[in-house]
Amino acid sequence: MHVTHLSLTDFRSYPTAEVPLDPGVTALVGPNGQGKTNLVEAVGYVATLGSHRVSTDAPLVRLGAQRAVVRAAIARAGRSTLVELELVPGGANRARVNRAPVPRAREVLGVLRTVLFAPEDLALVKGDPVGRRRFLDELLVALAPRFAGVRSDYDRVLRQRNALLKSAGATIRAGRGDVRTLDVWDSHLAEAGAELLAARLHLVDDLTPYVRNAYAAVSRAGTDVDLRYRSGLGDDVGDGPPPGRDELRDRLLEAMARSRATELDRGVSLVGPHRDELVLSLGPFPARGYASHGECWSLALALRLAGYELLRADAAAGDGEPVLVLDDVFAELDAGRRRRLAELVSGAEQVLVTAAVPEDVPDSLAGARIDVADGEVRRVR
Amino acid sequence: MYEGVVQDLIDELGRLPGVGPKSAQRIAFHLLQSDPVDVRRLVAALVEVTEKVRFCELCGNVSAEDQCRICRDPRRDAAVLCVVEEPKDVVAIEKTREFRGRYHVLGGAISPIEGIGPDDLRVKELVTRLASGEVTEIILATDPNLEGEATATYLARLLKPMGLKVTRLASGLPVGGDLEYADELTLGRAFEGRRLLDV
Ligand SMILES: Nc1ncnc2c1ncn2[C@@H]1O[C@H](COP(=O)(O)OP(=O)(O)OP(=O)(O)O)[C@@H](O)[C@H]1O
Ligand SMILES: [Mg+2]
Ligand SMILES: [Zn+2]
Repeated sequence: MHVTHLSLTDFRSYPTAEVPLDPGVTALVGPNGQGKTNLVEAVGYVATLGSHRVSTDAPLVRLGAQRAVVRAAIARAGRSTLVELELVPGGANRARVNRAPVPRAREVLGVLRTVLFAPEDLALVKGDPVGRRRFLDELLVALAPRFAGVRSDYDRVLRQRNALLKSAGATIRAGRGDVRTLDVWDSHLAEAGAELLAARLHLVDDLTPYVRNAYAAVSRAGTDVDLRYRSGLGDDVGDGPPPGRDELRDRLLEAMARSRATELDRGVSLVGPHRDELVLSLGPFPARGYASHGECWSLALALRLAGYELLRADAAAGDGEPVLVLDDVFAELDAGRRRRLAELVSGAEQVLVTAAVPEDVPDSLAGARIDVADGEVRRVR
Repeated sequence: MYEGVVQDLIDELGRLPGVGPKSAQRIAFHLLQSDPVDVRRLVAALVEVTEKVRFCELCGNVSAEDQCRICRDPRRDAAVLCVVEEPKDVVAIEKTREFRGRYHVLGGAISPIEGIGPDDLRVKELVTRLASGEVTEIILATDPNLEGEATATYLARLLKPMGLKVTRLASGLPVGGDLEYADELTLGRAFEGRRLLDV
């Protein structure tokens, strides 16, 4: 698939922007702070309903405007689909697909798929577990959009349960409160949690061979790469073949029962996929804390590339090949990694690259060029 | 900001559910430009509901008398009770004409975030109502969202040991939504296809 046209109104720095795009490589070039990332961020938003830079929509709306509109025309398996999103901070976003309103914005998920590389990706390897959990969940949603619902159900049950643990903790511990309500939230958390957990476990199994291949290709090193899902339920959950959903649900319930006293004490939910970790290792060492800067970059790139390959191989989607977005990454890489990454992505159906100077775009990625300066977006090649 | 009374009106309107500051302003100016006769009719209706409308002492539905029309109607099946969150859900279900039993209005759903627990809902009243043994089936028709599902689970666990048949509206209702927004056909089908809850 590829984006044929992007149109913005009051998105980030743009009062309006019209950007026609072709398949193949397009480099967006311009000095710092001119709005290159803003453009690819909009493309990513159409695919994920989120930004890779911020967790709320407010910064995406141009200063002084009430709402932003992002439109993208997407060509997929010979058909064209127009997705229109209206971002209303503090309110519900509205969406239309081919001019027809959809009941919820979430229904546009799956129309466009993107895989986005950004300087922030280094945190996938070096940062906190939350980034790796998000990486897995975003990939799940890209593979099967219904997981957006599973994920948000889980988060909401979790917030309800935490609220109850906080408010009822004192009374329940004193033996006065009603534990039956907590039992109810336990069972709902276990139900939603088991679904998310099972999906993540299968995803890690599917992803691992792709990460190994991609790491070897990017780094040219023979180092063993391993991915281990670490669940609070026990190491066996992530090591053997993934347990079924029913077993995971029962084990989550047991774990909650065991930690109930502590949870009431602390007022937070201590077991469940929101506490899990994806451990990445290189050879005998966990990457986080041991790997060199360059190794970390190779691994971060390998995770993204693996996501891209997995989506591409997902035959169920029909033309599931995602649009690749490389935001400022080449400037971060040494010559070897730069060249090899460029080779690996050059065959993709559509690649959008941003760079502050033309020299940051590797020669093997020569293609169309759009200059971005002073709010003007101009096709120059 | 507008002058005293106009701003007061806008503020009051803005307190209504679903009315944002902009709509409040629009409604206020609409009222200011309307025929005073029309406005007085609206005022009279507002006064009348606040003075006359009460909640049914049995089911909690809105009612003009101590007991509502449905609770007083001898043709309604006293053995089946449909538990809903709000009076507006009663209206939605009545429109389907699928249900001939009586109702129990909880007044909301369990939601710890909003500080709403079972004690804040008409759960005690429900249990009291069941004591006579006349009711044999309970249909849980709380909203098909997380809070509604949690409330249904809670009630099912509470009521099952009392030897009642407890059912839940069939799925097919738009998940995450409000019962009142389900169209009549879908809601009607949900009644036919209700399932026993095992908890
Ligand atoms: N909500 C907003 N309203 C108005 N301007 C905004 C908004 N959000 C960001 N900007 C402006 O957009 C500019 C940043 O654009 P962007 O991140 O796309 O730059 P860039 O071209 O990618 O730069 P770099 O090469 O440094 O990565 C900043 O100058 C910022 O002030
Ligand atoms: Mg940038
Ligand atoms: Zn009544």
